[in-house]
Amino acid sequence: MAKKTVIIKIKRQAEPKSAPYWEEFELDWKPGMNVISSMMEIARNPVTRDGKKSTPIVYDSNCLEEVCGSCAMLINGKARMACSALIDQLEQPVTLEPFSKFPVVRDLSVDRSVLFENLKAVKAWIPVDGTYDLGAGPRMTPEEQESAYPLSSCISCCCCMEACPQFNESTGFVGAATISQVRLFNTHPTGKVLKAERLDALMGDGGIQECGYAQNCVEICPKSIPLTKSISEVGRDVMKKAVLDFFRT
Amino acid sequence: MANVPHIIIVGGGLAGLSATIKVAEMGASVDLFSVVPVKRSHSVCAQGGINAAKNLKGEGDSTWQHFDDTVYGGDFLANQPPVKAMCEMAPAIIDLLDRMGVPFNRTPEGLLDFRRFGGTLFNRTAFAGATTGQQLLYALDEQVRRFESEGKVRKFESWEFLSAVLDGQRVCRGICAMDLRTMEVRTFTADAVIIATGGIGAIYGKSTNSVVCTGSAQSALYQQGAFYANGEMIQVHPTSIPGEDKLRLMSESARGEGGRVWVPRNQGDKRAWNAIPASDRWYFLEEWYPKYGNLVPRDVATRAIHKVVYEHHLGIDGQPMVYLDLTHIDRATLNKKLEGILEIYEKFVGDDPREVPMKIFPGMHYTMGGLWVDYNQQTNIQGLYAAGECDYSIHGANRLGANSLVSCIYGGFVAGPTAVKYARSTTFGDGAAAHASEKKRQVEINAGLMKSDGTENPFQLWRELGDTMSKNVTVSRYNKNLKETDAKIVELLERYRHVNLSDKSMWANTSFAFTRQLYNMMQLARVITQGATLRDESRGSHYKPDFPERDDKNWQKTTKATFAPDADEPRFEFEPIDVTLIQPRARKY
Repeated sequence: MAKKTVIIKIKRQAEPKSAPYWEEFELDWKPGMNVISSMMEIARNPVTRDGKKSTPIVYDSNCLEEVCGSCAMLINGKARMACSALIDQLEQPVTLEPFSKFPVVRDLSVDRSVLFENLKAVKAWIPVDGTYDLGAGPRMTPEEQESAYPLSSCISCCCCMEACPQFNESTGFVGAATISQVRLFNTHPTGKVLKAERLDALMGDGGIQECGYAQNCVEICPKSIPLTKSISEVGRDVMKKAVLDFFRT
Repeated sequence: MANVPHIIIVGGGLAGLSATIKVAEMGASVDLFSVVPVKRSHSVCAQGGINAAKNLKGEGDSTWQHFDDTVYGGDFLANQPPVKAMCEMAPAIIDLLDRMGVPFNRTPEGLLDFRRFGGTLFNRTAFAGATTGQQLLYALDEQVRRFESEGKVRKFESWEFLSAVLDGQRVCRGICAMDLRTMEVRTFTADAVIIATGGIGAIYGKSTNSVVCTGSAQSALYQQGAFYANGEMIQVHPTSIPGEDKLRLMSESARGEGGRVWVPRNQGDKRAWNAIPASDRWYFLEEWYPKYGNLVPRDVATRAIHKVVYEHHLGIDGQPMVYLDLTHIDRATLNKKLEGILEIYEKFVGDDPREVPMKIFPGMHYTMGGLWVDYNQQTNIQGLYAAGECDYSIHGANRLGANSLVSCIYGGFVAGPTAVKYARSTTFGDGAAAHASEKKRQVEINAGLMKSDGTENPFQLWRELGDTMSKNVTVSRYNKNLKETDAKIVELLERYRHVNLSDKSMWANTSFAFTRQLYNMMQLARVITQGATLRDESRGSHYKPDFPERDDKNWQKTTKATFAPDADEPRFEFEPIDVTLIQPRARKY
């Protein structure tokens, strides 16, 4: 009886400016396989399905348990994390491609630094006075914590940006993740001191007005962050501020 | 003397970011190196919580009690003064992280909530759901981003540390590093260097660690003359989820919130778990340890699970697995306090731990050993500091749960200012020659590796390294097996000389970077294995059935390994330990 195998088709690319090409690998099935363990298997024996000697796949990964945000890619066309993509739950053959809206570094690894630049632009931090001991922080109710915690669990994977039709070169849209971080910091007792600046940052080019309400973001987010709620609340704040600014000047 | 001292920090986890923040705040400039974007560092995986004796539960807790629990949990192998200092700084650390925005769980009065963790009877573990490490890391990452936007910190992400630059007086003058995209090798000058490169799980193949936790940086420094201490002290966490690619951690907090460990009393019991009545269930931790129950320290719990599976042959379905049961706890509590880890079990195993007991088994998790440092986090190399899991200073022979996060931040908060003070008070000679020669040395190593055309696949060699380490150098250690493993590593080092680099690209070549790390992993593996062979006693996580008692008379001392290049292996010396604050006593839970 033939051993059960798994076929993986991978869209590879040697360098940022070179042409992509496909390779297929056939692996022995093992219980509990996921996309990462499959690529580790390929690294141990990098030979394609038709016997050609190849090289290990280049991809980003670190924690392998969906908390670091490294291994985001398109798996069977869907933006998701590779570590939690269990082979048994995927339609065969499994196709792996790099995110399409970010510059490819090599194979499945892309450059997602744009998100970190956006987080700088919206001052996504709490402006503490200093690290010297000032005693306890502000009190916070359990309800406030339960509202902040989901927003704070964003792993910067960029799945929301990959899935968003408005996130592309022509709009320069910041994307749902950054907007949701703004909501997190604007609702913190200390963080809200920078609220005006954060909202200003979302009013310019590529700001919150680019959101087209497709709602792909909240559907795709691996951490189930209430992204559309964030966009709607921050959008309201931006609108209020724009009106008040208009009357103040 | 530098007016604006320049510090290089290697590693962007909790320890590295803590040091970065202190250094930037003091007006010095920082170059921060990390192989991954810093908010993806392994600290992100820490789950259960961070310890501090804030005594907000009316229990009469104190920093002294935290200190005692820690040195007792560490089986009296740590020098006590820095441990005391850490416990005394811990409440201020938690308050600061709270002010920085960490969404710690709250009490009805709006104060920080605390839960109970292993090795203590007090509720002193603050937590943010079950993803505390992630939340602490994100808060520090955000603070560093603020300094970055102000031009005080430069980040070099996707760069790998290769070695320190040491001048003619063996003073550290900077680092040599490789751009992981362009494969460019160059040196960077600094007045002081802080190493915060974390754990070494990759040496064991499968562990709870992340992919980057290779110990490669520590090993490179050890090969350059840095002392490596207590390498044999390896923590095997009692509850991890076995997997093809990694062992996924199932936090101690599951037990902290009331989770119970059990196996069916009858060997080969074929009944479904919920058909087995309580009388036929063996809650062995509760039976063997009435006082601490399921929250005995990790080494005690791990040995108990091993005993139940390998000596009593009571693993579930004959497999090396036991139950960790949360089904008796109400859903609301589980979701509020443990959601993150329940999600991990659901996503990777497919069962809901609220409905069925989890199946877990011990897995390699943490190294108590690391680079030797003095009480100011300075290594034996002038100008080189270390902090976090990569230094040996706090946890002795066993680390208590929720002490890691606080020790990383403590270490970074001490190393940062110490490094700046040193830089401000030191006059440096011309370091150009040292930089040039170290760059040349590293470029030659890379060129040699690139030319290799042997037959050995590095990932296959790595698998064999992990297999032998996991088999012989974890829970139960026998000198005969340890010597076999050391011999096996020597064989692997020889086969490494014939490694085949299938990927010869000079762009984003992850196989190349891995193959370099592999060599360092093998050298460090010998430090661990030989250190374990020498220590003929049982202490904390280091357990030798042939020497089952702690032997203070002969072994109350720190193991210090120095690399002997002519012999290509470690040489060992031993250092007395400062146990003057708390007299060693028998460790019985």
